[in-house]
Amino acid sequence: MMIIALVLIWGLFSILTQGTFLTARNMSNLFRQSVFTSILGIGMAFVIFLGEIDLSVGSVVGLTGGIIAILDVWNGMNPALSITLTLGAGLLIGLWQGFWVAYMKVPSFIVTLAGLLIFRGILVGITEGTTIGPLSNTFKIIGKSYLNNTVGILIGAVAVFFVIFIVFRSRRNKLKYQFETSSLIMEIFKLIVYIALIAMFVWMMNSYRGVPVSLLFALVALVIFSYLSRNTVFGRSVYAIGGNKKAAALSGINIKKVMLLVFVINGFMAALAGILLTSRLNAASVQAGTSAEMDAIGACVIGGASLAGGIGSISGAVVGAIVMASLDNGMSLMNMPMFWQSIIKGFVILFAVWLDMATKNKNKA
Amino acid sequence: MGNLLEMRNIIKDFPGVRALDHVTLEVKENEIHALCGENGAGKSTLINILSGVYPYKTYEGEIFINGEKREFLHIKNSEEAGIAVIHQELALFEELNITENLFMNNQKVGRFGIDWAYMYKETEKWLERLKIRDCTPKTLIRNIGVGKQQLIEIAKAMRKNARILILDEPSAALTDSEIDILMENLAELKAHGVTCIYISHKLDEIERIADSVTVIRDGKNIDTKRVEDVDEAAIIQMMVGREINDMYPERNHQTGEEILEVSGFQVYSPEMPEKAIVKDASFNLKKGEILGLSGLMGAGRTELVMSLFGGFPGKYHGKVKLDGKEVSIRSPIDALKLGFAFLSEDRKSLGIIPTMDVKSNVSIACLRDFVNFIQINESKEIYSVKEFVKKLNVKTTSLETNIQNLSGGNQQKAILARNLLVNPKVLIIDEPTRGIDVGAKNEIYVLMNELTASGISILMVSSELPEILGMSDRILVLCEGEIVKEFDNRGKDISQEDIMFWAAGGNKVEK
Repeated sequence: MMIIALVLIWGLFSILTQGTFLTARNMSNLFRQSVFTSILGIGMAFVIFLGEIDLSVGSVVGLTGGIIAILDVWNGMNPALSITLTLGAGLLIGLWQGFWVAYMKVPSFIVTLAGLLIFRGILVGITEGTTIGPLSNTFKIIGKSYLNNTVGILIGAVAVFFVIFIVFRSRRNKLKYQFETSSLIMEIFKLIVYIALIAMFVWMMNSYRGVPVSLLFALVALVIFSYLSRNTVFGRSVYAIGGNKKAAALSGINIKKVMLLVFVINGFMAALAGILLTSRLNAASVQAGTSAEMDAIGACVIGGASLAGGIGSISGAVVGAIVMASLDNGMSLMNMPMFWQSIIKGFVILFAVWLDMATKNKNKA
Repeated sequence: MGNLLEMRNIIKDFPGVRALDHVTLEVKENEIHALCGENGAGKSTLINILSGVYPYKTYEGEIFINGEKREFLHIKNSEEAGIAVIHQELALFEELNITENLFMNNQKVGRFGIDWAYMYKETEKWLERLKIRDCTPKTLIRNIGVGKQQLIEIAKAMRKNARILILDEPSAALTDSEIDILMENLAELKAHGVTCIYISHKLDEIERIADSVTVIRDGKNIDTKRVEDVDEAAIIQMMVGREINDMYPERNHQTGEEILEVSGFQVYSPEMPEKAIVKDASFNLKKGEILGLSGLMGAGRTELVMSLFGGFPGKYHGKVKLDGKEVSIRSPIDALKLGFAFLSEDRKSLGIIPTMDVKSNVSIACLRDFVNFIQINESKEIYSVKEFVKKLNVKTTSLETNIQNLSGGNQQKAILARNLLVNPKVLIIDEPTRGIDVGAKNEIYVLMNELTASGISILMVSSELPEILGMSDRILVLCEGEIVKEFDNRGKDISQEDIMFWAAGGNKVEK
């Protein structure tokens, strides 16, 4: 559903910008711009599926951005080590917040609201209020560079093999249990469409400067967490808790552990986004990440998640992030003043979710 | 004397199913008209059309009140026409008091705002009139029992000058004495000119209170008769389309060794940690046995079995031995690992996961069984779920249907399937057939027999005495938190009165 909306938005902007929107250069920028919110959205999605909320994500982005800058610029630490430590800091923050929500049973709104203030404060403290940069080369590669064309094609090939593998394995499983499968021809046709889309994407990226390195992070995260949410016991448990916590508890789900893990994941993703942001801007500032949690939540709900919990998808969150990035990008191309962009984005979120609710209700008796 | 209410040729479709097929209902003024049918027959759908939940244009057919055609676009329209519905799931606000609920949406407003004095006085009058005891207008809804809550709902309806009062399964959650009070109230309302539609499976109540009965099956009219002209067997036959000679199948097999021993079990209230809801309970359960737990509401049965399963929010302690070994159950995770399964009496808040489909609801308690490495093998999952869905005859269009689209009885069966899928040693069922129609009830009883024959032991809590007497091998009676009596039921020589005597604390009365 949202994909249709996305296509419509792209169509609209390409008309309004006389085709500039759909150029390879702009598309490359667009996808690169959507990485930040996509990664935050993926982490936030689990929290929302659980029926909870995390308002501190923006501050965590800022804080972890500050940490990596300090370790790299002030301490000259080996990038591999500094990245590990920063991601570890994200995990710890997630552990802290998850502990309060899951074990001490303080509402997540309150815990993460406190986090929003606390972590931003710590950031200002440890950076002494200054902007820290520039970062060493590794980070320039992470934040700003592109994979060369061969690697891009390689990734495309891997994606293609992956898709073929999944489709055929699922088919083989169904046959094993004597379920109906759609005809082989239909499945091959679908495969061809997917392969075509992958090929188009790689070609488009390569025809500008190649697949952006940061996009790789987002893609990997998308694949891993999409899998996690749909195919694992953990994923199913998250949805169950969001759907009916008491019933989930009586069905043997370890509520506390699952909730803790969800917040840990979100902390980790926020740290990853913090590293990527700092790499792209080549500096850490005390303002970094402000309001990022709102974009993350927006991406999730545009992608179909319900704030009451139990409903939504990881891929939806990513599509939501791309929708929001498309709006930003398109309106910038049209030279619209910033305040219009804000107003329009707000309305889009409102109508996107309303539309989603309206179509969902038609299916219920 | 024409009909007060006529619903003619009602047709209602949902995606994939025709719920009502040319159904006609004719209710005379001032009668109590029973509406009877299996779960999923279409009774609730019909009432939802009448009350405006499904507004005009979402159904075909016509509604006439006193000969005048009516088109309800909104629930308020039907309320204005004098129709009031008391649903199975009560629509009261637990955190507010009786007065606030009674006057919800039509408070009395004076010059300075809400006129509380007037409202409290009115509420007093209603409490008197409906014989609701042991509470004041300021009592919170969550502190009074379901029986009284229901009477408050009726008072609400009467305040809105209801001409047609519709009760949907009113006695499902009531004890016998509460049912008596309800019946008295209905008789009085009838004497005051109120017409009533009484939806129920309880044939004894229909015989007691109703003037006529309409039976629906599979969305179609079967027949309408004066109650004096039919008997229980005939109504069952109309509802089910077949004869049910023996509601409770014969239990023949021998029970085995003791499998569960509970001693000194004490359960405390979650709101008042000093108050003991269950005091020093000790009993045992034998392999392949059905142990029935009976008692009045508030006796502590649900609290006892829920604590046994590790799922009760209050504090509890006691010794539990499974297969001779002492075990500690601090959470449902422990319980499930040891081989317990638990079917709660409140499937809406503790049973179904409303955002998930039937398949996921059924498999949720044993997902690990379907895992290869870390991935859930969906085909394996569907295969196993399908097996149980078929065995329990859960009626659903597909496994991917959202569970809320199933009728109450089928939801119950789906949750039962969830509990059977874990292959339990001890199955704890709290009210096995609540909200399940006659035909499905028998299915469940036959199933329970099969389960015990295959070695599963069942601990059954039930408020239906016929069910307790029909299915249990042994019966425990709880009264105010204590196990006061144990009966051996294999001779089938216990009477309902015997149980009621102990449940009501008869042994404590000074002779």
